Amino acid sequence: MATQEYAGQGPLTPPRVNGGVARPEVALRGIKDQPTGWLSWLSTTDHKKIGLMYLYSTFLFFMLGGVEALMMRLQLAESQNTLIAPDTYNALVTMHGTTMIFLFVVPVLAGFGNYFVPLMIGARDMAFPRLNALSFWLLIFGGILFYVSVFFTPPNTGWTFYAPLSDNAFNPSNGVDAWIFLIHLTGLSSVLGAINFIATIHNMRAKGMGWARMPLFIWGILIYSYLLVLALPSIAAAVTMLLTDRHFGTGFFDVAQGGDPLLWQHLFWFFGHPEVYIMILPVFGMISEIIPVFSRKPIFGYKAIAASTAAIAFLGMLVWAHHMFTTPTPIVVLAFFMLSSFAIAVPTGIKIFNWIATMWRGALVFKVPMYFAVGFIAQFLIGGISGVMTAVFPVDWQLQDTYFIVAHIHYVLFGGSVFGIFAGLYYWFPKMSGRMMSEALGKVSFWLMFIGFNVTFLVQHSLGLEGMPRRIYSYPTANGWGAQNFVSTVGSFILAAGILVTLFNVVRSVKIGKKAGNDPWSANTLEWFVQSPPPENNFDVIPRVRSAEPMKDIRREVAAAGRPAGSVAQPVAPGT
Amino acid sequence: MIPRALPSRRAILLALAGAVVLLLAFAPIASADWLTPESGGGTPNAEKIDTLYKIVLYIGIVIFVLVEGLLITAIVRFRRRRGGPEPAMVHGNTPLEVGWTIGAALIVAVIAAITFVFLPGIKNPVDSSANGLQQLAGVEFASVPQPSPPSGKALRINVVGQQYIWRYDYVSARPRLTENRPVFAYESMVVPTNTTVVLQINSADVAHSWWIPKLGGKADAIPGHNNYTWFKIKKPGVYKGQCAELCGNNHADMFAQVHAVPPDKFEAWLTQQRQEILASQQALAAQRKAGEGQ
Repeated sequence: MATQEYAGQGPLTPPRVNGGVARPEVALRGIKDQPTGWLSWLSTTDHKKIGLMYLYSTFLFFMLGGVEALMMRLQLAESQNTLIAPDTYNALVTMHGTTMIFLFVVPVLAGFGNYFVPLMIGARDMAFPRLNALSFWLLIFGGILFYVSVFFTPPNTGWTFYAPLSDNAFNPSNGVDAWIFLIHLTGLSSVLGAINFIATIHNMRAKGMGWARMPLFIWGILIYSYLLVLALPSIAAAVTMLLTDRHFGTGFFDVAQGGDPLLWQHLFWFFGHPEVYIMILPVFGMISEIIPVFSRKPIFGYKAIAASTAAIAFLGMLVWAHHMFTTPTPIVVLAFFMLSSFAIAVPTGIKIFNWIATMWRGALVFKVPMYFAVGFIAQFLIGGISGVMTAVFPVDWQLQDTYFIVAHIHYVLFGGSVFGIFAGLYYWFPKMSGRMMSEALGKVSFWLMFIGFNVTFLVQHSLGLEGMPRRIYSYPTANGWGAQNFVSTVGSFILAAGILVTLFNVVRSVKIGKKAGNDPWSANTLEWFVQSPPPENNFDVIPRVRSAEPMKDIRREVAAAGRPAGSVAQPVAPGT
Repeated sequence: MIPRALPSRRAILLALAGAVVLLLAFAPIASADWLTPESGGGTPNAEKIDTLYKIVLYIGIVIFVLVEGLLITAIVRFRRRRGGPEPAMVHGNTPLEVGWTIGAALIVAVIAAITFVFLPGIKNPVDSSANGLQQLAGVEFASVPQPSPPSGKALRINVVGQQYIWRYDYVSARPRLTENRPVFAYESMVVPTNTTVVLQINSADVAHSWWIPKLGGKADAIPGHNNYTWFKIKKPGVYKGQCAELCGNNHADMFAQVHAVPPDKFEAWLTQQRQEILASQQALAAQRKAGEGQ
């Protein structure tokens, strides 16, 4: 009886609802024909198409940001290099940081969320499909507006845009204004997207999917959304104040008019630190999906992982001034922000222990997503430990604004977030395209990226400890930083090669990859119940959820009914 | 227990793990300077930051080796084998989870306690030594976060950052240019050894950050705010640093150095600097007069 609801073969029997009145569950959205061709992408409100467009465009920005990084590494490869002029170098610093944060990591997570939140919770679309399309187009126009400044005067103040350097008196270029509008457009995009996620996750979960049965990736996206709604208004206010300071004669950040440059730093980091968790919490969620699937074992401590996500988000709102330990600030304030930063280490540590405990006594299947997931844990741990070291504020007086911090953020955001995003890409690519990616190329890509990443960034800790500040276009030969910088540059090119292998793998697999089928990984969540790629309406019949691993239940019941494992699939809707 | 057909990949992984552990165990000793902040001028604050850093680093290394070790063990031991048993469906273990939560909290509590033990020695200036500069003015820092040395006496220098050079005003040193105006210098700061020097740091334009790695931590120069730091150098010599906060196109060229000399040489330098400034001001005045006359 139960199996008929989702694993039906042959004629579909309508499920019964209370009172025994049959109700058709097949909901086809096709009232009129959907447009095809390029127009279908421009006008779509389908969460999967929007999700794909997010992924394509953010990976394009990832490439741009990566090229900017390689140009900087080339300039720093030797001391007193004259390859790139100082103002160009500072523009590259600014473009790289802004691109990677506002145009890659945050929106790429929105892209994965868009594609997989409805599928994983058993919904047929997002709560507000047209708002969803608006979010995407705001992001694109924000990115275009920002990158157009390359042809005029790109901003060169670093992605932190500290006033008064970003103020009119010191930086009259319109690049700063382009950045201000980028923040407004991408910020609006993110807030609208976040509201959409919140509404969808709260209201549209499949029957039986209570809070304690929600996939951990959904927990990650939900908390990410709440953090976006809480943190983004702060930077929106800050950049508006900067805009009026620059053009309308106000003096929020101008000492001569009674303003205060520290106000900028507080407003910026009140957004900026939660932003770090915005960029990592959904990735924690992906890792929490991937590790159990490839360990053939349930996630260890589901509730602790979900609760620690919420705890990290809460504490993450209370640590912003640890970016300001070297500013003129009373010791008692510094001590508070040190302790709150320490506190975050506890829920983060819980997650790492839970992931390892999930692998412990499992039957680990080393497919490419698992490689990236394990690489994520190994590298994120280093970023976490160096994070605790920089939270000790007297120690941070030495480390702040040096290459140690550059190494730290890259261990968190590249070794952590980006490796997790690659794990997610390899994990979900079969669902999105219907085809498998090449395992061999994936493993080559992983090892190149793993080696390249660590060669690039491990040595930067030591550069920072030897006194190399960040954001310098050149350094004297006498300082003796040449060898380490050269190693770092070599590493960055190995890393880039690894990323190109994955890019090639994607392009190749879309065309000639092996057919994936519905559930190539024997995974746990509902997106694997539907065809690959999923039909426009996602689910003809929405399965009832009885645990945190609905697909496992479905497979078990199908096996119990004596049907072949391949029959775990929703019936194909008529006409598709 | 370990299957005979040990894959070479596993051996490589084990060797790699061993190498990483060994490297981490010996690296701090072998190349202490690579893995620790700069110090060596004999100023107590930089030395104490260095020690505090090392303590936190060692705790970090222990955690690193432990966790990466568990991760590598899991990778090596729990690979799926053909015909192997299905893993037990364990969903959690509350005592274990409570245990590592408390453990993690204890570790950060210990680091916090150690930090508070070291903090006064880093933040509070010490007295100058007997062989330091003798004529020192009292330091008055009412209602600022920077405490003064126990004796209340230190050489006070105002540091002003501007695009792209540092200016130093010797506010508490004699001889002065006039009653109100102190002797000043740019880029290279000459200071007496064995003398407590307290710096008051601010900025004339955008945010900068004062940093001489061997003499302790950074202090941001923020327009409209005064920031403070101090040092007391034992070893004469030149200590180099540069601006640590992006301040514009030539941020990378905003160098600073502290030149520590014995107190008698410092006094001689101060007198000479005063004469040179006065001479150049007179020459400038004469030039201006000549210019007006034309």
